[in-house]
Amino acid sequence: MEKELRLMKGNEAIAEAAIRAGADGYFGYPITPQSEILEYLMEANPQVTTGMVVLQAESEVAAINMVYGGAACGKKVMTSSSSPGISLKQEGITYIAGAELPCLIVNVVRGGPGLGTIQPAQSDYFQATKGGGHGDYHLIVLAPSSVQEMADFVEMAFDLAFKYRNPAMILSDGAIGQMMEKVWLKPQKKRSEEILPWATTGKPATREHNIITSLDLDPERQEKFNQKLIAKYREIEEHEVRYEEFMTEDAEYLFVAYGTSSRICQKALQLARAEGIKAGLLRPITLFPYPKKRLNELADTVKGMLAVEMSAGQMVEDVMLSVNGKTRVGHYGRMGGMIPTPEEVVDNLKTFIKG
Amino acid sequence: MTEEIIIAGFGGQGVLSMGKIMAYSGMMQDMEVSWMPSYGPEMRGGTANVNVILSDERISSPILRSFDTAIILNQQSMDKFEHSVKPGGTLIYDSNGITKHPERKDITIYRIDAAEEASKLKMMKMFNMFVMGGFMKVKPILKTEYVIKGLKKSLPERYHHLIPMNEDAIKRGMELIRKV
Repeated sequence: MEKELRLMKGNEAIAEAAIRAGADGYFGYPITPQSEILEYLMEANPQVTTGMVVLQAESEVAAINMVYGGAACGKKVMTSSSSPGISLKQEGITYIAGAELPCLIVNVVRGGPGLGTIQPAQSDYFQATKGGGHGDYHLIVLAPSSVQEMADFVEMAFDLAFKYRNPAMILSDGAIGQMMEKVWLKPQKKRSEEILPWATTGKPATREHNIITSLDLDPERQEKFNQKLIAKYREIEEHEVRYEEFMTEDAEYLFVAYGTSSRICQKALQLARAEGIKAGLLRPITLFPYPKKRLNELADTVKGMLAVEMSAGQMVEDVMLSVNGKTRVGHYGRMGGMIPTPEEVVDNLKTFIKG
Repeated sequence: MTEEIIIAGFGGQGVLSMGKIMAYSGMMQDMEVSWMPSYGPEMRGGTANVNVILSDERISSPILRSFDTAIILNQQSMDKFEHSVKPGGTLIYDSNGITKHPERKDITIYRIDAAEEASKLKMMKMFNMFVMGGFMKVKPILKTEYVIKGLKKSLPERYHHLIPMNEDAIKRGMELIRKV
């Protein structure tokens, strides 16, 4: 199969890309604004083409535990949901992180807290990047800003998850999930038949049995394990930071924004430049690991940074930690499913510049 | 070239599908495209709108406050979006059900009595394609042959026999549209 050009919703692109990436299983439960992922997979019925299992579980909790089981067998498995559903999955996610298993979790974020609204938001940043579940752990978090990236990041997330034996999350939102854009789809990959050395696939006589667990009652051993996890996170921070820059060369003021907000800031940047304000944009692609170093460098050349997010101010804390007091940091956010317009962002940049 | 469009009207008028056909056609013409629907509770209450962007360049924000062209198909949408047209921009509206006609002097206003014509020809299902034809006439960005290609790509094969009817509706829409 050749590369193929299609017009798709972000949610559909994730689903199709999962099939093409050679995923072994998807387990999910419907919730707006991400139900198209499950619907698309059900209709595509990849069981008959690639052998990929698609299953609607009885709940989000069941779905994440099916992912836990599939991942323990070394399979390429995933789930998806939106904010309230992702909260339900947190116990399973921390177990998976604690058992060092690879998997993909997609969060198409809607407004919160609680059931909130069904409109786009970015208010799950803390949950995605700082834990979410209990214990010292991190997910690898990717933030797509287009339908093309919704497709591309599926394979990237699986690759990173398997490379580091760590759960990966695609943190999207209702806008990118629901909108349609052009997308180039990669050719179909065969599902892997490799048996991973750590996977629980039945004990042969040639090796000791593999144990998948997140439990160790010996605190000394558990601390050693914690240190091992931290070393892994440091390695991820060293090697896997991804970001994109727009007009940062001569920028005096820098927008910092991911996902949908970064698209709005691209337009705001053009509007601001047309008015003579030298604005730039740094778009983190990985939210964990966060592009701290690059932001710290840019803090030497800009007069200030404005974090724009659809939240009360979450990622802005990472911007502040990155620049460590070297430059002014401001925040502009909309909440509850409201999306800022480019004009609104420019107005707030002007207010920020005035101080 | 970048054309930022909003289409707004009642659910069931084919607002979202007209936007989809525009996006497909743009894609067939090798343009960058985005289609951003309102999918919220307002849609369930009856009104629907979609932002469509057609461009030669990478598209920045898919979410906009001001538009080059607004295609307005009911009074609620007129109230909400008449003032969202950029100065010098274009407003296209169907007069059916409109009680307060647009008044702005700094934009070009076109009227298309598509609902009336579609009803006369007993082609109500083609209503949005009459409007599409009107848009294509006053904003010659999308070419008919690519719209047809777009329809072929977006419609399941069992509906392909309806494509000539869509083409007729587009042609009629091109004749119907009038500058106000």
